[in-house]
Amino acid sequence: MNQEKFFYDNKIPKAFAIACIFWGVVGMLLGVIAAFQLAFPILNFSDYFPYLAFGRLRPVHTNAVIFAFVGNGIFTGVYYAVPRLLKTPMWNKALSLIHFWGWQFIIVCAAVTLLLGFTTGKEYAELEWPIDILITLVWVVFGINLFGTIFTRRERHLYVAIWFFIASWVTVAMLHIVNSFEFPVSFMKSYSWYAGVQDALVQWWYGHNAVAFFLTTPYLGLMYYFLPKAADRPVYSYRLSIVHFWSLIFLYIWAGPHHLLYTALPDWAQSLGTAFSIMLILPSWGGMLNGLFTLRGAWDKVREDPVLKFFVVAVTCYGMSTFEGPMLSLKNVNAISHYSDWTVAHVHIGALGWNGFLTFGMMYWLIPRLFDTKLYSKKLASAHFWIGTLGIMLYAIPMYWSAFRSYFMMKAFTPEGQLQYKFIDIVQTVVPFYTIRAIGGTIFLIGVFIMVYNLIKTAKAGKFLASEEANAPVLAKEYVAPANSIWHSLIERRPLLLLVLSLIMVGIGGLVELVPTFLVKSNIPTIASVKPYTPLELQGRDIYIREGCYNCHSQMIRPFRYEVARYGEYSKAGEFVYDHPFQWGSKRTGPDLARIGGKYNNVWHFNHMLSPSSMESATIMPSYPSLYENTIDKASTNSKIHVMRKMGVPYPEGYEAIANQDLEKQANEIVTDLVSTDKHIKISSDKEIIALIAYLQRVGRDIKLEEKTNK
Amino acid sequence: MKFSTYLTHIAGVKIYPIISLLIFVVFFVLVVFWMYRLDKNEIARIENLPFDDQKN
Repeated sequence: MNQEKFFYDNKIPKAFAIACIFWGVVGMLLGVIAAFQLAFPILNFSDYFPYLAFGRLRPVHTNAVIFAFVGNGIFTGVYYAVPRLLKTPMWNKALSLIHFWGWQFIIVCAAVTLLLGFTTGKEYAELEWPIDILITLVWVVFGINLFGTIFTRRERHLYVAIWFFIASWVTVAMLHIVNSFEFPVSFMKSYSWYAGVQDALVQWWYGHNAVAFFLTTPYLGLMYYFLPKAADRPVYSYRLSIVHFWSLIFLYIWAGPHHLLYTALPDWAQSLGTAFSIMLILPSWGGMLNGLFTLRGAWDKVREDPVLKFFVVAVTCYGMSTFEGPMLSLKNVNAISHYSDWTVAHVHIGALGWNGFLTFGMMYWLIPRLFDTKLYSKKLASAHFWIGTLGIMLYAIPMYWSAFRSYFMMKAFTPEGQLQYKFIDIVQTVVPFYTIRAIGGTIFLIGVFIMVYNLIKTAKAGKFLASEEANAPVLAKEYVAPANSIWHSLIERRPLLLLVLSLIMVGIGGLVELVPTFLVKSNIPTIASVKPYTPLELQGRDIYIREGCYNCHSQMIRPFRYEVARYGEYSKAGEFVYDHPFQWGSKRTGPDLARIGGKYNNVWHFNHMLSPSSMESATIMPSYPSLYENTIDKASTNSKIHVMRKMGVPYPEGYEAIANQDLEKQANEIVTDLVSTDKHIKISSDKEIIALIAYLQRVGRDIKLEEKTNK
Repeated sequence: MKFSTYLTHIAGVKIYPIISLLIFVVFFVLVVFWMYRLDKNEIARIENLPFDDQKN
């Protein structure tokens, strides 16, 4: 047979590996800072500038870890493994370079814009529309390069790792596009196309599957390649990996609504999410066991080889979090975990254990090979392993503890039927846990620094192999199907069909979940007294979103006695029909704000935002002095109202032209009220704080009007 | 215009869930069935694909 000579390029995998480690350090460092901020609010530096406050920093941390650290980790593996599995170089060098630099450019843009306060307010999809478009373009470049490589391959069969890459690529594309439907108001400001319940459903369909198809399936692809390589033996059961693949991509896409249990989401959608989440245990554990059993008879190697140690813990953490996830989707468990630190612990078992350790294992295996040498120090790698493991434990255990502690305190009533603890009492008791968690995160990061040192030493000791020569026969034009392999001849040798089938699999799951909510009017009962925001409130809401208040405050009261007693009447779906985007939040570090309107007077809010600790000495909320200096961006009112009306919010035709008059009138009223209540207050009516007060005083009030008219 | 208005225009959209369930059940059965029929030698070859670059 005709042997062809070709070269595997190592420059791009090396570049992605460096980027992965670099952004990993940055992302984790930001995480550590954010963790310490929750224990020591002074670290928000918010008295000096607004850029590093928790509400802005936390999205940079999550985006950096997911898209920069794990993203570059995926690409490292893909650009290394795919050419070798297909016996051909990557299809186009220019596209590889565009992909690499484009992705790094997006990361830099993301970090800068998020800190500056440009955000859509939707978790893990915070980036504004120009960056969303950039992501789409770079993702398409990656796809073209990936499929170009697949079409010019010299190996007929697509190894299972490549299936995972294909499915991840197409699903992430779909999720990103659907969730990013937004209406631009200006350059760097847009409103989500969806509102309220629908926005929530789309967001968590996206959010859940970002975990599935960005943090999980591509990393399973890496597992199926690098684990056998490191163990020097094929995967335990290739058959199992086939079932693992199809069942996982089929089930995952349906599970999104489990993020919205007990919320105002329709019941059937909640049950659907739970049912599919429970089923997910099977493929997930199938995959985990497939990984662990690959080491059967080779456990002695695990004792020696730090790479395998990392892989074993990574796969175990995968198993743990994919067991925990379905458990969290049970309504009675979710009642405890939702909005609590439990969720934070859960995602960090996944992020630190599964993604982190799998990446570290891959790097310890890959870097010595790229530099044609041995790892500088196995001892240091083992030390990193133990330090990292300790870091995960010290991170997770305090979070679990804090979650249960706050749950029991939240629901405690006195014999007289009053809530036993104020919210601030609960905050006070969990702050020490936040400190321990931050120390855990720091220890994990120290481990990463040890790895960086070890890998730099390794690289210096060796010589970089820019490319590796290989030989393979040309792919025979005549296809001869192997025995009994109808499946193979139908699908697995046809990458495009595989792509389309994967898309259909995830597409139908998404459609069935999303369409009925958009479709059936009865799913979202309208409430007559719910009215659009006034121009001033709308501006205030945008400030609320900009400062990332949703990172700590939910706006969704669940129908539990202890929540209703604490926060007020539980939330109804119809209350959010004009909320572009929804602001339900996913974590309560501070109290829920769904009924904050009218709870305190304007002066309370005025003083509280300026200095939260002057109102509540134990608070961990940052101060927002910049709101008292910045003026409301009145020039944007016109286009904001216009865009809202385009999306169906019933502002009268032509209202945008006169909206600022109403805005100024309402602002003056608030200032008059402030000054008459407290003579020491001096503020002009065009400051941002006035808009924010207007918004906060509005939240959750419409339904109270309904009650009044009914009485 | 609200996004939902576009979707209300799909005729017979209620049958979508039933069809999708059927598609998935059939697809699953087929995957499992064909997986068992796969040739042992072929499996042995493809599960060793990650090691091909070492042989060169």
